[in-house]
Amino acid sequence: MTLKTKLFATTSALLIASTGALYADGHATHPVTGETLASDQTFTYRDLDESPSIDPGIAEDSAGGDILRDLFEGLYNQDATGNLVPGVALSHDVSEDGMTYTFNLRDNAKWSNGDTVTAGDFEYAWKRAASPELASPYSWFIELMALENASEVIAGDVDPSELGVTAIDDTTLEVRLTQPLPYFPQMLTHFTTFPVHQATVEEFGSDWTKPGNMVSNGAYVLTEHVPQEKLVRERNEMYWDNENTIIETVTSLVINDENVALTRYLAGELDRTDVPAGQFPRLAAEYPDQAVSVPLSCSYYYLFNLRDNAPEEIQNADVRKALSLAIDRDIIVDNVLAGGQKAAYTFTHWATAGFETPDIPMASMTQAERNAMAVELMEGAGYGPDNPLEIDLVYNTSESHKSVAVAISQMWKQTLGVETTLANQEWQTFLEARSNGDFEVARGGWCADYNEASTFLDLMQSDSGYNDSKYVNAEVDELLAAAKTSDNAQANYDRVEEIVAEETPIIPIYHYASVKMFAEDLEGWPFENFQQNWYSKDLYKIAE
Amino acid sequence: MLSFVVRRLAVAIPTLLILVVLSFILMYAAPGGPFNSERPLPPEVLANIEAKYGLDQPFWKQIINYVVSVVTQFDFGPSFQYKDRSVNDVIAQGFPVTLTYGFWSFVVAVTVGMSLGIAAAIKQNSWLDYLAVGVSIGAQVLPNFVMAPILLLVFTLWLGWLPGGGWNGGQWQFLIMPVIALSTSYMASIARITRSSMLEVLNTNFIRTARAKGLPMRRVIWRHAMKPTILPVLSYLGPAFVGMITGSVIIDVFFSTGGIGQFFVNSAFNRDYSVIMGITILVGTLTILFNLLVDILYAWIDPKIRY
Amino acid sequence: MLPNRAAVEGVAAQMQLAEVKGRSLWADARSRFFRNKAAVVSLVLLGLVAAFALFGGLFAQYENDFVDFSLIGSNAYLGVPSIETGHYFGTDSNGRDLFARTVQGTGISLMVGIVGALVAVIVGTLYGATAGYYGGRLDGLMMRIVDVLMSIPFMFVLILMLVIFGRSIFMLFLGIGLISWLDMARIARGQTLTIKNKEFVEVAVATGVHPLKIILRHIVPNLLGIVIVYATLLVPNMIIFESFISFLGLGVQEPATSLGALINEGSRTMQFGYYWQIAFPLFFFVVTIFAFFFVGDGLRDALDPKDR
Repeated sequence: MTLKTKLFATTSALLIASTGALYADGHATHPVTGETLASDQTFTYRDLDESPSIDPGIAEDSAGGDILRDLFEGLYNQDATGNLVPGVALSHDVSEDGMTYTFNLRDNAKWSNGDTVTAGDFEYAWKRAASPELASPYSWFIELMALENASEVIAGDVDPSELGVTAIDDTTLEVRLTQPLPYFPQMLTHFTTFPVHQATVEEFGSDWTKPGNMVSNGAYVLTEHVPQEKLVRERNEMYWDNENTIIETVTSLVINDENVALTRYLAGELDRTDVPAGQFPRLAAEYPDQAVSVPLSCSYYYLFNLRDNAPEEIQNADVRKALSLAIDRDIIVDNVLAGGQKAAYTFTHWATAGFETPDIPMASMTQAERNAMAVELMEGAGYGPDNPLEIDLVYNTSESHKSVAVAISQMWKQTLGVETTLANQEWQTFLEARSNGDFEVARGGWCADYNEASTFLDLMQSDSGYNDSKYVNAEVDELLAAAKTSDNAQANYDRVEEIVAEETPIIPIYHYASVKMFAEDLEGWPFENFQQNWYSKDLYKIAE
Repeated sequence: MLSFVVRRLAVAIPTLLILVVLSFILMYAAPGGPFNSERPLPPEVLANIEAKYGLDQPFWKQIINYVVSVVTQFDFGPSFQYKDRSVNDVIAQGFPVTLTYGFWSFVVAVTVGMSLGIAAAIKQNSWLDYLAVGVSIGAQVLPNFVMAPILLLVFTLWLGWLPGGGWNGGQWQFLIMPVIALSTSYMASIARITRSSMLEVLNTNFIRTARAKGLPMRRVIWRHAMKPTILPVLSYLGPAFVGMITGSVIIDVFFSTGGIGQFFVNSAFNRDYSVIMGITILVGTLTILFNLLVDILYAWIDPKIRY
Repeated sequence: MLPNRAAVEGVAAQMQLAEVKGRSLWADARSRFFRNKAAVVSLVLLGLVAAFALFGGLFAQYENDFVDFSLIGSNAYLGVPSIETGHYFGTDSNGRDLFARTVQGTGISLMVGIVGALVAVIVGTLYGATAGYYGGRLDGLMMRIVDVLMSIPFMFVLILMLVIFGRSIFMLFLGIGLISWLDMARIARGQTLTIKNKEFVEVAVATGVHPLKIILRHIVPNLLGIVIVYATLLVPNMIIFESFISFLGLGVQEPATSLGALINEGSRTMQFGYYWQIAFPLFFFVVTIFAFFFVGDGLRDALDPKDR
């Protein structure tokens, strides 16, 4: 180590010691709101399970995403309402044809070891994520971004170096797309696009994500990681905006059982946890400042198998519609789940940006009217008390899926006399059965990839890989294709939702909400962020 | 004796091989795979992943490669689910945890269980006896997935004495509840077995003779009655040990201890083939070794047994 | 987990003794058993539990899968146990009558326990008797197989099996039976070795009776005592075992349930104050297991009297 770097290290350490003290003395105030900050700035929260990976190129789950948004910083971040704010990139220019993006990177972004974050780090990370050698399960995200040569690189037909991303110089990154994507900048807040430190990855191989080895550029650095127990990250002294970071230590604890997690939350061990199904009203009454429900960009639905091998009963649209009508969604959302979810009559989540929920006739009826109509349709199709419909319903193992399935099977039984056989399958078995069409009715859940209605409705396209119903309707295909270039996509979406409600390939049941407990002194949570992308650096704890 | 040990160890090798092949076949028969998710992967992405983990090779080749790398390099391969880790990493992290609370549970179960059983037998039909029998049966029938949340409610939420979970490198505060939850039912079984075994021994002629000669009770029990009493307890320890390793599933779920029980169940659900294999082999080996140890102890205590 | 092998073996020794003495073993044992108060009380309790499982449904006011939608989500004040509402045991978290569900769950648990134990003793006895009767190389081979199987952590294999082949009651029986027949096989073999040298077996062999017939007609009946004791002690273990499987979410399919599944659900909600959801199923669970243990102990003592 040279004298110069040593000097630098000591001064920066001093600097940090003093800022740390500023926040730790208990009298510090928040720079913007002026609230008095608590002396203890630690944030501890529950994760359901260990994340498969915390390597930005390989990671695949949203809990891993939460961790990665703390450890790394991409070109852009989201603010509390989901708008883009500068991350490593300060701004960008788009070419006329919308296919070439040029990003201007800040020059003061640093890795936790003091190196400067350059455009080359992004180029390396993206090419790495797409390479067949890394074999990342999320390499498809690079394809989704429509990067030039992305599909060819993943298929192994061309070398990763041909990917449409180039570092012009240290602060300029050029990206070439194969088609204009209006929401492309939004995608850059996703962890797959985060930079990685080439020297570290090459030195340690797959061990580079272990504490001590990992070099990261986010507001926090990884200090401890015990899989299935906890992951601890602490303030990154090298982060360019370190002085505005308030939370010192963030800990995620893996707690599988949500009831155990709640007990530990109530015992004061956690600052954030999930509310078990059905417990929200009670907790909201008891802890009004702590129980919170916000819309979450996912839809819960049942899907029918419309393949030729499926029983002919459910090939009848009237039967399907009757089954949909007979579900009292208000009971599901108000009593079974009771966590601020909303009854769904459309597939698209009501809170999706720019989406106006269309008027579906069923939605404005009373449940009594729906039931009457359901009985009529069912009789028309030749089913009644003498000839009851028998149907199999599969769902994957989970307490809340079970509660919903039990309630719905009883609604069908009590209203229509339908005999439902419930089959609870373990996750992998369930996925296989559903994608192979080995079911009659199956549970489904879909979360938005991006904040626009097509992320949901594209599933109704006959050639969509996620259309497990194998629903085919030429008009729907046309409408959805036209919506991509239309100025008034909403009209197309309305029509698709109407057709879906009429033909009922799926039964929308409810739109998710994220139901959580938050410690009273924790502030700065981005409740308005529809994708619930949060950053620990924006959080803080106030003194009580 | 030595030849017995050698013979048993020789049987252990085919046993483990059978275990490996059985688990491998079971996993292949399983619907789903380690890389399925709600959102199916595009085929070219899946192909890359399968190539990386050698799943594109024929079945027999996979088994052979696997066995060779395990035997020659003691390498159980990468985890399919936890992509930053190898199976060796997973075991190296989870196994010491399971071993630690398993060991303490074992110690507690054996010492408390035997003391309770002996005390009950000596004071047969006294209040102590009834108490011991009552406690032990009660503890035996209360499943540990009921015990665990009750402990959490009482010691963490109401009294606030103990942390509600985690491991923290095995500090004692974090050990107490896992050990109680894991050990009680085994403690109860051991107490019951000890009691009936001790009663039987106390009624045998040689003990009656010893007492008739005027030897003090304490001496009779320690010198003469202990050894025969222990034998049935010993033969219970094999199954008890396996039960504790399996029971660690529940401990890990409730107390977030991060032991191998949790890893095993998760990997079975996620089809994380390599982790399932690694843990099954580990537990199989331990079971064999432990049963052997019990048999050796048995022979050492009971000279009548010849191998 | 499994009944104590040494204790069961004592029973067999006693049976042979009885035969030598020429007294009726069964009459003796019966009178000894009925002198054991704990065992008799337990037997009565078991009868009551079985009656509850068989006929309790007649008293239930609701079907076990009927959901009262007005009760979901308002368990704390509407779903409490009450004679007036007809929910004697209250309702579960899904608004179903807990009485009807407990009746049904008790039935399933008893069935799993009894059928599981039956599978184990039948397979184990036949296997052990065959090995013991033929002796020689076949015996050696069959017993080595048992040794090998004993070293396999079967709970793990069972979890794999349930995950892979999907849950079903059949799979549970098969898996549970697989785990527990090994001990029985060893005991049965040991006894067969002594029985096969008795005169009546030798006569049968001399007159050319088919070996299979000898095993079934002459050897197995003489193993009945230990089989009964072993089976009785095995049943509660099977029930506990099933509850563990239910905890993992691999138990019976909804709307059917078992005591283990009910207890598991109840243990999740007890912190919210719904104590009845765990109390009633746990009560039946505990009583059943207690009773089986005492009856098993009583049977063992009756068939193996050492002046205690």
